[in-house]
Amino acid sequence: MIKHSQADQAPIPTGPVPPAHWAASYEEEPSQASTPPQANGMTALKPFGWAPISWTRNNLFNTPLNTALSLACLALLWLVVPPMANWLLLNASWSGSSEACREAAGACWSVIVVKHRLIFFGTYPYDEQWRPFLACALFVAMLGASGVRAFWRPWLAGAWALTLVGMGVLMWGGVAGLSYVPNDRWGGLPITLMLSVFSIALAFPLSILLALGRQSSLPAIRTFCVGFIELMRGVPLVSVLFMASVMFPLFLPEGVTVDKLLRALAGMTLFTAAYLAEAVRGGLQAIPKGQYEAADALGLSYWQKTMLIVLPQALRIVIPPIVNQFISAFKDTSLVTIVGLYDLLTAATVATTDPEWRPYFAEVYVFAGLMFWIFCFSMSRYSQWLERLANRYTRR
Amino acid sequence: MTNPVQALNSARVRGWLYQALFLACTLAVAWYLVSNTLTNLATRGVATGFGFLHREAGFEIGESLLSYTASDTYLKALAVGLLNTLAVSAAGVVLASVLGVLIGIARLSSNWMVNRFATLYVETVRNVPLLLQLVVWYTIMNRLPSPREALEILPGIFLSNRGMKFPVLVEHAGHGWVLLALVAGIAAAFAVVRHGRRRREATGKPFPTLPAAIAAVLLPPAVAFIATGAPLAFDVPALAGFNFEGGGSVTPEFTALLIGLSVYTAGFIAEIVRSGILAVPHGQTEAGLALGLSPGKILRLIILPQALRVIVPPLTSQYLNLTKNSSLAVAIGYPDLVSVSNTSANQTGQVVEAVAMMMLVYLIISLAISGFMNWYNRRVALVTR
Repeated sequence: MIKHSQADQAPIPTGPVPPAHWAASYEEEPSQASTPPQANGMTALKPFGWAPISWTRNNLFNTPLNTALSLACLALLWLVVPPMANWLLLNASWSGSSEACREAAGACWSVIVVKHRLIFFGTYPYDEQWRPFLACALFVAMLGASGVRAFWRPWLAGAWALTLVGMGVLMWGGVAGLSYVPNDRWGGLPITLMLSVFSIALAFPLSILLALGRQSSLPAIRTFCVGFIELMRGVPLVSVLFMASVMFPLFLPEGVTVDKLLRALAGMTLFTAAYLAEAVRGGLQAIPKGQYEAADALGLSYWQKTMLIVLPQALRIVIPPIVNQFISAFKDTSLVTIVGLYDLLTAATVATTDPEWRPYFAEVYVFAGLMFWIFCFSMSRYSQWLERLANRYTRR
Repeated sequence: MTNPVQALNSARVRGWLYQALFLACTLAVAWYLVSNTLTNLATRGVATGFGFLHREAGFEIGESLLSYTASDTYLKALAVGLLNTLAVSAAGVVLASVLGVLIGIARLSSNWMVNRFATLYVETVRNVPLLLQLVVWYTIMNRLPSPREALEILPGIFLSNRGMKFPVLVEHAGHGWVLLALVAGIAAAFAVVRHGRRRREATGKPFPTLPAAIAAVLLPPAVAFIATGAPLAFDVPALAGFNFEGGGSVTPEFTALLIGLSVYTAGFIAEIVRSGILAVPHGQTEAGLALGLSPGKILRLIILPQALRVIVPPLTSQYLNLTKNSSLAVAIGYPDLVSVSNTSANQTGQVVEAVAMMMLVYLIISLAISGFMNWYNRRVALVTR
């Protein structure tokens, strides 16, 4: 509910002699430190007695409506939590065959125990699955390291190049005694991770060019960029993926084929670039005109002005929307299942089709959902941290 | 006359030069791709052009708002797909807006528990791919009990693995008049709202807009209903043999897609509503209180008009996203535009035409939605000097 009752207004002393009831609430001010602030940032007005009780009263039972809502929530909790806890943990069966699951009343986590290799690595040769595992671990470690402020140095780019070479060697093999695994055998988490990160990494420079082109004073270039961005943003990703998967082979000269994975990557890159370009454009528009004029007055060329003055400021402003776009791109990677690629979601779906484990689809989807949730949630928290970091110098 | 070297230093001349270069490169690439495509199509023996639209499609479509059989043309099949896309998007937009506004307000609740529930919803729904959610809803729909043990979620509304069954009104000639009266009532309500606002702006006197508008909407249909003597009878679905008879129904695919799209988009709409309301400075509420307005009036006359200004543009993109996301129907077998186009392309081999038409239709839908919402946005936008 929106706050508008008078009781919520913190009194503001305006005259020399505040009315008596204002003074009363001021005297209570020091003791408020012991009570936690309310969710909306206001502090409780009348804290007295044992803190948890006064907190409960102020946050859950302060008005008749809130009392009713709280009771409804408690009823919902009572209805949902015990059965959920029973299903998820207490009555769940954690190991053994599907027979054990049929006898247990709760969730069947053994399906994850049995199928986790399939869900994570798809149809990659079973004995070689330590390789995609190592590649994913390397990748996630590098992603984590790239998020740390202290590591934002030129050597990070070199480390990434090394990691990518290492991953290529691990995944493909064919050198250093590793057997060769063609990329149509790849699947699961490596596909999800690689498609999302590569499409974003490739889309980023493209999106900057598109955003600059859209702001350009040259009509031909501007029209092209506007057309591309609006076309990509106007159609669903599914149709872009279809186009990539069926039309790219038609575009290429006879005899030249492009790998299915690469086609999906191209489609995702073009799509992500259009959305990112709009985010970057927001940043370009937020730069005060005086900055452009000052750069012109210094006699800088277009590219000097752009690279040294405009882009550094614009990109800092749009870090949060860019990270949000990363999150969408990560989630959208699951769509490649529609053009027949073996990502994490496809692998999970395949796991549910095994007749023996068919009844336990919920567990598999909960697990796959949790995987996506962990990545997306950490990215969204990271973007909030970045936002604070970026605004550190502009805040008053 | 300037010499060529000096001319090269002029920004205008260089601009033309760059554009000419850019155009030449673009055209060269386009020509290369098109010529490759034509050669490839020729070697595969695929006809080009839109002639295939008038041929017999030869495939069945599971659900359709038009009467459609396998012997109809591709054009009709595509129309069925388009209508299915529009149907699920329209229903989804309405459902997602209602759910999203409720959750957005719940996120701002002073009640700690309501607040946390809403946060949990938003964080869960937004951080799991829509496709995964759709697949889960579809699996749930498919593994519901058979019609004989159907779940009765509300009286008369049944969920089973054959989809959702719900009661519908028994048809009667009088219903047409009631509907007409309802349209007239809505028009009258718009007139009342306009008159109320004019009077308030001209005289400063409040006008009972809301009660008057509700009366204007409800009265004419009620009068028509009594006058024509239309029966208020429902055709309630009932179990007969192995399936239900009577009532209206929607397929499991439609239900799963609708629930999935609405639940997912509502999470985003909730955040937009929340930020919109938070964007209104608290001083506005205080000023309203100082004027002696009631909380309801403050919400309706001061907060909402200002919050809408912030809410409408991002809400537009959410509606567009929902419409575009309905294309994920292809994963769960709901015959939407993408799915029908895909089948047509596979059967005829005329991929280029099918994909081009699909993209064109989505572009038109997008433009229409954003055109409408921009018009609405202009109406609610802040008029600055």
